[in-house]
Amino acid sequence: MFIRGIGNAVKLAFVQIVRNRAMSFASLFSITAMLLVLGLFFILIVNVNMVTESAKKQFDTIQIYLAEETDRTDAQRMIQSLSGTKGVAKAWYLSKEEAMDEYRQKWGDKSYLLDGFQENPLPNSIRVKITDLELADSVVEAAKKLEGIEDIKYYRTAVDKLLAVTGYIKTGALAVIISLIAVSVVVVANTIKLTVLARAREISIMKYVGAGNWFIRGPFLVEGILIGLFSSVVSVLLVGLIYHKLAELFGNDILLIFSVVMVPESFLAANLLRIFMALGVSIGAFGSIISMRRFLDT
Amino acid sequence: MIIFENVTKMYDGNIGIENVTVKIDKGDFVFLVGPSGAGKSTFVKLILKEVDGDKGRIRVNGMDVTGISNRQIPRLRRSIGIVFQDFRLLPNKTVEENVAFAMEILHISSRTIRRNVPQVLGLMGISSKSKKYPHELSAGEQQRVAIARAVINNPTVLIADEPTGNLDPDTAWEIMQLLEQINRRGTTILMVTHAKDIVDRMGKRVIAIDKGKIVRDDRDGSYGYESEEAYSFRCKPGGVFDNNVY
Ligand SMILES: Nc1ncnc2c1ncn2[C@@H]1O[C@H](COP(=O)(O)OP(=O)(O)OP(=O)(O)O)[C@@H](O)[C@H]1O
Ligand SMILES: [Mg+2]
Repeated sequence: MFIRGIGNAVKLAFVQIVRNRAMSFASLFSITAMLLVLGLFFILIVNVNMVTESAKKQFDTIQIYLAEETDRTDAQRMIQSLSGTKGVAKAWYLSKEEAMDEYRQKWGDKSYLLDGFQENPLPNSIRVKITDLELADSVVEAAKKLEGIEDIKYYRTAVDKLLAVTGYIKTGALAVIISLIAVSVVVVANTIKLTVLARAREISIMKYVGAGNWFIRGPFLVEGILIGLFSSVVSVLLVGLIYHKLAELFGNDILLIFSVVMVPESFLAANLLRIFMALGVSIGAFGSIISMRRFLDT
Repeated sequence: MIIFENVTKMYDGNIGIENVTVKIDKGDFVFLVGPSGAGKSTFVKLILKEVDGDKGRIRVNGMDVTGISNRQIPRLRRSIGIVFQDFRLLPNKTVEENVAFAMEILHISSRTIRRNVPQVLGLMGISSKSKKYPHELSAGEQQRVAIARAVINNPTVLIADEPTGNLDPDTAWEIMQLLEQINRRGTTILMVTHAKDIVDRMGKRVIAIDKGKIVRDDRDGSYGYESEEAYSFRCKPGGVFDNNVY
């Protein structure tokens, strides 16, 4: 009997959605618009996160360029001494050829640009991976005391700046998302309230015939859920499309310079769909229950 | 079966009905008449528990209406068929869907619904309209749909609040014959009306109510005696009541 009740509600809901096209479309539009903006900000946050993570990873390495005359055994000795320093996770030797290969790999199909060099301009180096960004300075100090080095490269200030900027972006986007959810819940509740208001007479007739609260609520509830579900799919498609265009525009060239990649589309699509479906369904369901409450009190 | 025992309903100071005691037996056909504002609709609303009485006890179909909770109202209303002057059909549903709705809320199987709905529509003489929407029907046809919906679950009581109020005399009379037919199958009928000619022609029990009180209760009754004043007003050439509708 319960199952049949649900089946009946789903059937009725579909019929009502089609027959009340205008109202269904209004609800659909407002939920979709809200999810769309929400999705774009969500993507922004995810990408910013990705940038910071990859930046942190990239800059947790100190590069010690070795002087021309420093040979492999000297280097090995330096590595040994560095390994005993506090804050060093790992230290290893990187020949100039290996360094070049690394560049070629990173630049991918644009690596022909490197072919212009007659001779490998890169020095031999030692890479030091540090355990904690906070300890980087003391490791750099220790490295400076070593003999036979030419230069030490470490982007501490760059990392700090980047972290600060991305922090602001994240806080901003989060604030926008939260206020957006608040606004959209109001908008959606009002849209559904209009639908219910338009059908207040219908609801009162159902009550005269003897329909119970859940029998009346059922189709409206399912209707809200279906509209929410449909909105979530539409908005994920739209967000996906926009993101795809953006990735096409920036993805390969500009971001390569910063040596970061955008979050893969497939990963986003799967997660967004799940999050949005949950969000759409709850907005639709709560919206319809809240907006019906005052018609079902007696 | 409907029993009122010393029932009073006030609307903040206004009298709805006052100290009414009456018993309507199973199978009765009762007209409830009286001037505008007498309390007829209040009487009906009390039966449906659309309003709560202030004093007294009401029993409908063995249910203690005064005692039940709001949650039990649907159960009460399912045992009563209701017909209104303004039909109150669901505008987004076809004729057959409107009638089927009354069965769906009882979780009756769709096989039974598919069998019973055409049957009742046939009895009401509107089989050909089953796929139409209410706004595509005449007033008389809409009222037939409303009656079909009211009787499809075989209620013990059928309540009609001015069911012929929006209909022309001929259509009104056809509706009355439908109601009489339903009554003959054993359904108790309580009909609120202002239509004097219908009441007089049917010759059923008449309960007259005025200012919230029952002033007359006749078996084989008529609409009622008129005051001399009202009589002369009605018969004045060109007067409001200068025809035989009332
Ligand atoms: N919701 C309400 N609030 C306040 N007073 C009301 C309300 N409903 C009815 N009344 C009053 O109660 C009295 C009886 O009203 P009721 O509707 O029962 O009359 P009625 O006999 O059905 O009249 P009519 O023939 O015009 O339909 C009237 O004086 C009316 O003004
Ligand atoms: Mg009335």
